Amino acid sequence: MTAAAAPAASPASTGEAAGVRLARSRRNAELSLLLLAMVLVAAYAATVEANVLDTVTSDFWMPAAALGLVFLGLHLVIRWLAPFADPALLPAVALLNGIGVGFLRRYDLAKAAPADRETLAIFAGTGGRQLAWTLGAVILAAGLLAIMRDHRSLSRYAYTLGLAGIVLVMIPAVLPARFSEINNAKLWIRVGGFSIQPGEFAKLALLAFFAYYLVRKREVLSLASRRVLGIDFPRGRDLGPVLVVWIISLLVLVFEKDLGTSLLYFGMFVVTLYIATERVSWLLIGLILFFGGAYLAYLLGSTVGGPFLNFYDRAQIWLDPFAEPYDRGYQLVQGLLTLGTGGLFGAGPGGGQPTLLPEVQTDFIFAGIGEEIGLFGLSALLVVYLLVVERGLRAALAVRDSFGKLLAGGLAFTLGLQVFVIVGGISKLIPLTGQTTPFLSAGGSSLMANWLLIAVLLRVSDGARRPVTSGGPAARPSGAPPEQLHGAPTEVIRP
Amino acid sequence: MPELVITVARFGFLILLWIFVFTVVGVIRRDLFAGARSGRLVAAPRAVGASTGQAAKPAKVKRGRAAHQLVVTAGQLAGTRITLGEAQITIGRAEDSTLVITDDYASARHARLLPREGQWFVEDLGSTNGTYLDRAKVTGPTPVPLGVPIRIGRTSLELRP
Repeated sequence: MTAAAAPAASPASTGEAAGVRLARSRRNAELSLLLLAMVLVAAYAATVEANVLDTVTSDFWMPAAALGLVFLGLHLVIRWLAPFADPALLPAVALLNGIGVGFLRRYDLAKAAPADRETLAIFAGTGGRQLAWTLGAVILAAGLLAIMRDHRSLSRYAYTLGLAGIVLVMIPAVLPARFSEINNAKLWIRVGGFSIQPGEFAKLALLAFFAYYLVRKREVLSLASRRVLGIDFPRGRDLGPVLVVWIISLLVLVFEKDLGTSLLYFGMFVVTLYIATERVSWLLIGLILFFGGAYLAYLLGSTVGGPFLNFYDRAQIWLDPFAEPYDRGYQLVQGLLTLGTGGLFGAGPGGGQPTLLPEVQTDFIFAGIGEEIGLFGLSALLVVYLLVVERGLRAALAVRDSFGKLLAGGLAFTLGLQVFVIVGGISKLIPLTGQTTPFLSAGGSSLMANWLLIAVLLRVSDGARRPVTSGGPAARPSGAPPEQLHGAPTEVIRP
Repeated sequence: MPELVITVARFGFLILLWIFVFTVVGVIRRDLFAGARSGRLVAAPRAVGASTGQAAKPAKVKRGRAAHQLVVTAGQLAGTRITLGEAQITIGRAEDSTLVITDDYASARHARLLPREGQWFVEDLGSTNGTYLDRAKVTGPTPVPLGVPIRIGRTSLELRP
């Protein structure tokens, strides 16, 4: 061990400092980023009021401050329960959520009578309800962090979660239309004046199950294969689970009339499979199956009709929205015109006309925001989404157990895919479907499910970045039984 | 409100938005490029010393070159890094290992790494297929120099500063 052979290790001056650098939790960076995000939300609110009211009221900062307090609470919970979690996740998501609340409040201002605008209460209207939902969702996320001290404990409930996920997906499909259908998509459970979207929670439960299932089966899926044209294809009988998920996602497509959700479930499963086996053939098989299925549904819609008609209609609108610009294509055409009005720099927060766009508070929120902040601002928001996904994938790379890798990788990808499906839909890249834009759209189910997703990512990244302070068995939370050693060969331990 | 104020607010918000994005990127910059940098940190492999000779003089190990990270360089977990502390690292297929490897040639409890006075030792825990330090099979606790691969089945691990 002579000094001559040592490489120039790091810019840090001493080994002591290097040790501290590698193990530091970076919570203070998270706090300052969070403050910056809340300053942005307040600046947005002020600009909106300057544009809409022609003056800035003395309490424009109230929603931003309320959000700031909520996120500060979560930050303190992370400091306490997950001190090594990723520092960029919370501020990035807080910014998206804050801009969403700000835009919904701006939408309320546009809808309100001019006399009432200056006195709009903080918890009033869509924006106020979204603020309340944010509070609930963040409390839920903090609760999950408190209950789940180690992401591996999730694998013990994998089959329960899988069953719960399938039941949640199926409920809207089997309920009568008046309890489950809104805007021609059967995705809801409606009780009284209250509606929840069980599919948003189902995707988390199903992903935990996929991850667990694939950790157990990855060997057989990745080793037994035939080589065709330089790509390893799996054996026929190993395709079973993929085909089952494919059929479920097609049933969702047909009976819940929602391409987005179906694409989301199927993409989620195929990518988890790809992460587990590192085989490109799964991606190819997945793409071929999905596009084949969608094309088949389109053909059946044009000839047979019936349950396939909805998908056929949507594909028609997508192919030529300007064919019926005041009828079926109205929403998409308005969305495209709105984005076009925004142009490069937008009309400025508060300068657009979101009331002209149907469903601007949910499906088309990205177009509504785009009208006011333009391409320049929208690309910033997309980069923020990209960073959140990147942090999730980074946590998946760094975590030390296969279940954690699949869970974090799959969740991060699902979030990215959902953004792709809805942003692709409103920009006419793919047929439009009623997906929510994560953290922006109005709606409690989506907000809660996505904050739970972030809580899981925070937990996995905490496990990945935490320095090893104690040996394996002691690292488990006290009182928890040892995990089963699946797949471990028995062996004779010689003294 | 004067037109000027609104224009300044409008563009100020967009600029602030991008400042936020770049600040976040700045915070995670090290992680973003961590994969690209790791190649430069590899120390030249050296001959593995006798297991007793090096253990007798741990004081020679300078703090600046002490191992701070365990990096998986090959196998299914390639790219995984573990920040080293004071505790031992257990390696194997068992779910409660510090490093869970799903390698066909790994045993449930395959090997462990333990720190003794600033030097890390690798010890085989009676595995079926053995643990190798560079080319030599590990029989007893063996000191692990920086940058020398520990091989378990298809997986390779290295200590990095």
